[in-house]
Amino acid sequence: MPLTLNALAQLGGLASEHLLKEDLEETGQPRATVLATMAERLAVMRASIQQGLKNSAPSVAGMVGWNAKTLWEAPDLLSSPLTRRVQAYAMAVNEENARMGRIVAAPTAGSAGTVPGALIGVADHLHIPDEKLLMPLVLAAGIGKIISRQIYIAGSSGGCQNEIGSSAAMAAAAVTELLGGTPEACVHAAALALQNTLGLVCDPVGGFVEVPCVMRNGFYSVHAVTSAEQALAGIRSVIPPDEVILAMAGIGRLLPLELRETGEGGLADTPTGRALAAKARDNK
Amino acid sequence: MPLANQDSKAQTNHVSLLDMIGPVMVGPSSSHTAGACRLAFLALHTLEEPPKRVEFGLHGSFAKTGHGHGTHLALAAGVLGMKPDDPRLPQALELAKSQGMGIEFKNLELGDVHPNTVRITLENHSERVQVTGSSLGGGVVKIWNIEGFEVRVTGSAPTLLIRNVDTPGVIARVARVIADDEVNIAYLSCARQKRGEEAMMSIEIDKPLSEISLKYLASLHYILWVRLLPQVMD
Repeated sequence: MPLTLNALAQLGGLASEHLLKEDLEETGQPRATVLATMAERLAVMRASIQQGLKNSAPSVAGMVGWNAKTLWEAPDLLSSPLTRRVQAYAMAVNEENARMGRIVAAPTAGSAGTVPGALIGVADHLHIPDEKLLMPLVLAAGIGKIISRQIYIAGSSGGCQNEIGSSAAMAAAAVTELLGGTPEACVHAAALALQNTLGLVCDPVGGFVEVPCVMRNGFYSVHAVTSAEQALAGIRSVIPPDEVILAMAGIGRLLPLELRETGEGGLADTPTGRALAAKARDNK
Repeated sequence: MPLANQDSKAQTNHVSLLDMIGPVMVGPSSSHTAGACRLAFLALHTLEEPPKRVEFGLHGSFAKTGHGHGTHLALAAGVLGMKPDDPRLPQALELAKSQGMGIEFKNLELGDVHPNTVRITLENHSERVQVTGSSLGGGVVKIWNIEGFEVRVTGSAPTLLIRNVDTPGVIARVARVIADDEVNIAYLSCARQKRGEEAMMSIEIDKPLSEISLKYLASLHYILWVRLLPQVMD
């Protein structure tokens, strides 16, 4: 039987080790290959962060492109360098994505900023070297795998909760392990992140992965750090983690088509949203 | 058109760690860009020679938000043989034009299938193949119908596609050839339209078959054609 969140929470050692072992058995790939590929992907994540923080060129539809740089260069009025770093990193990745730049889907492209924003943001804040990020990245991937056994990780399938909820859960677990969390803490960090994204709809303006997607990655990278902080302090999800995934699956089925990546409801169906969509179509 | 059992959990059990943190890709959407590119790339390999003309029938979210997600560019890139991280992907439509490949898009209503579904019709001077597949999210894909036959091609391993006459012993013979190459079968499906007429097998294998084995299979009188679809997942 494949590992579930509840089963993983019962185990000792590192959560990532259990999920890596399971994956190697399933795929027959050598451990070194998977870790080397993860290291390459970490490098691509870093490159998109660096690009995105200095690039202010507009995106394909022109609705975003300068936000990461703007935030990164703004004065730190709250004296909160961690949250600003995490958000700016996440938005940098998604603005690169919206420019059709090169990114790592994590687990999707629309939610690609959350994992690198939270994980690399926290690591840079605490001066943790990159080699310590590989196993947390494996854990993030493993949490995504467990979720994907119950739902399709696509906004068109169950709304944005399926995408940003998954990415926030993955990021929360990764940050928790990075900071020394047990498998139980990691799993509960994921569950806390997930249950606080339930019901989130997918209503991209004009059908572009720009609004609200870019800023949303900024928000949910901080959400992931919050979840990790709660779980590391000992807070646990009252609803067992696997039941939270089932709740998400149920909500996805209840969401109307208009709110599942069709560009026909929510923000996309506002007067300005419709006008922006028409303008983008005319530019084609 | 048979439905693709969209709610079955088994549908995404082939997902690996590297599919969840990955793929490395050109934006903006893993389902509408990277997945679309992979579906078209797999479809390309159902032909022996590259296509001269390709028609993409877009269903659901692909039809509604495809333009915003670069789906058209990604599909064109796939039939040109590009992978999702190819930096030329944004220029795919111009490239297809300059290579003399005709590409057309239309919207389709396929009923209760996955919202990100495309029906790809590829043609060249000698062949015409119709392939239907869905992009399931995060770049994970599944081709579930080829030429009206139910198949299962996920691109998570090389896949043999065999079109044959429905006659006793075909599966045994094919399995023997694969065994003699010391290749394991990970998944096998076989579907026929009518008894005694044509059938199609999709066989996921752990590594590609040798050239000689492929030629041997294609030479058998009850086998109409053989294609080897490459692995597209990491």
